[in-house]
Amino acid sequence: MEDIKYVFDVKKDDFVRAGETSSKVKKILRELGIDSSIIRKISIAAYEAEMNIVIHSTGGQIVLEITPGVIRITANDRGPGIADVELAMKEGYSTATDRVREMGFGAGMGLPNMKRCSDRLYVTSSEGTGTHIVIEVDLKAGEQGE
Amino acid sequence: MKICEVKEVLNAELLCGDELLENEVSYAFGSDLMSDVLAFVKGKTLLLTGLTNQQVVRTAEMADLSAIVFVRGKKPGEDIVQLATEKDIALLLTRDTMYTASGKLYSNGLEGVSID
Repeated sequence: MEDIKYVFDVKKDDFVRAGETSSKVKKILRELGIDSSIIRKISIAAYEAEMNIVIHSTGGQIVLEITPGVIRITANDRGPGIADVELAMKEGYSTATDRVREMGFGAGMGLPNMKRCSDRLYVTSSEGTGTHIVIEVDLKAGEQGE
Repeated sequence: MKICEVKEVLNAELLCGDELLENEVSYAFGSDLMSDVLAFVKGKTLLLTGLTNQQVVRTAEMADLSAIVFVRGKKPGEDIVQLATEKDIALLLTRDTMYTASGKLYSNGLEGVSID
C-alpha cells in the first residue's frame, strides 16, 4: 500500500458541518478495508480533534495520512492556543462556553478521549500560536486492508 | 434486544430506520454528554439521550452505534432525521424520561455498558 494523504479544512463555529470531516475520514478508511476497531478509534479521535477546532480555534485543518504501519491524524489550528497543555489533558478540565455544553461537548473529555483512542498523542500549543495535535494508531498485519 | 423490542418496551415512535428494526443491541448507555458516549461506549450499544442536535447523530456514527432513543418526548428536526437515515442509524422517540426508559429496558434484560 502506498502512502495516502488527505487534507480537510475545518471552519470555526460551524456546528452544522462539524463532524463532516471525521465522517469523510471514516468513509475513506472503510473503503480501504481497514479493520473496524481501528476505524472506530481513528474516527472518534478525529471527531474530538475536529470539534476542538470548531469550538476553540479560529479555524484549521485536519490531515489524514495512511502509511503501511501507521494511520495518522494531524489537527492544526490558527489559535488562540492552549495556555496549559498538561491541565487540558486532565479529564473534566474545559474552557468551553455554555452553548457548546448544551450540544453535549465541553465536558473536558476531548484530549483524554484522543489519548484513549491512540497509540501515541502529541500536543504542542502555546497561547498566540495555535495548537498542533498528532494522533497515531498503529496498524498490525491483517488490519491494513488492501 | 432487537430494536423493534426496544420500540415496543418504550412505546416509542420510529422516526427512521425501518430496515434496522431486526438488528440487535447488546447494551444501552444513557447520557446527554456526547464526549462520555465517545469515551465509554463499545460495541452494539443503544444510546438514550435528551439532546436532539446533529452532534448526537455524528457521535453515534463515529462510535458505530446503530440506534438512538430520544427521551422526554424531545423530537429532533427533519435535518437530523435525514442525517441519521443517510448513516443507517435508527431513531426512536419516547415520552418516557431517561430514568423511566432506562428502568424499563433494564428490567427487560438490556444491560448497561461497563466502565473500565
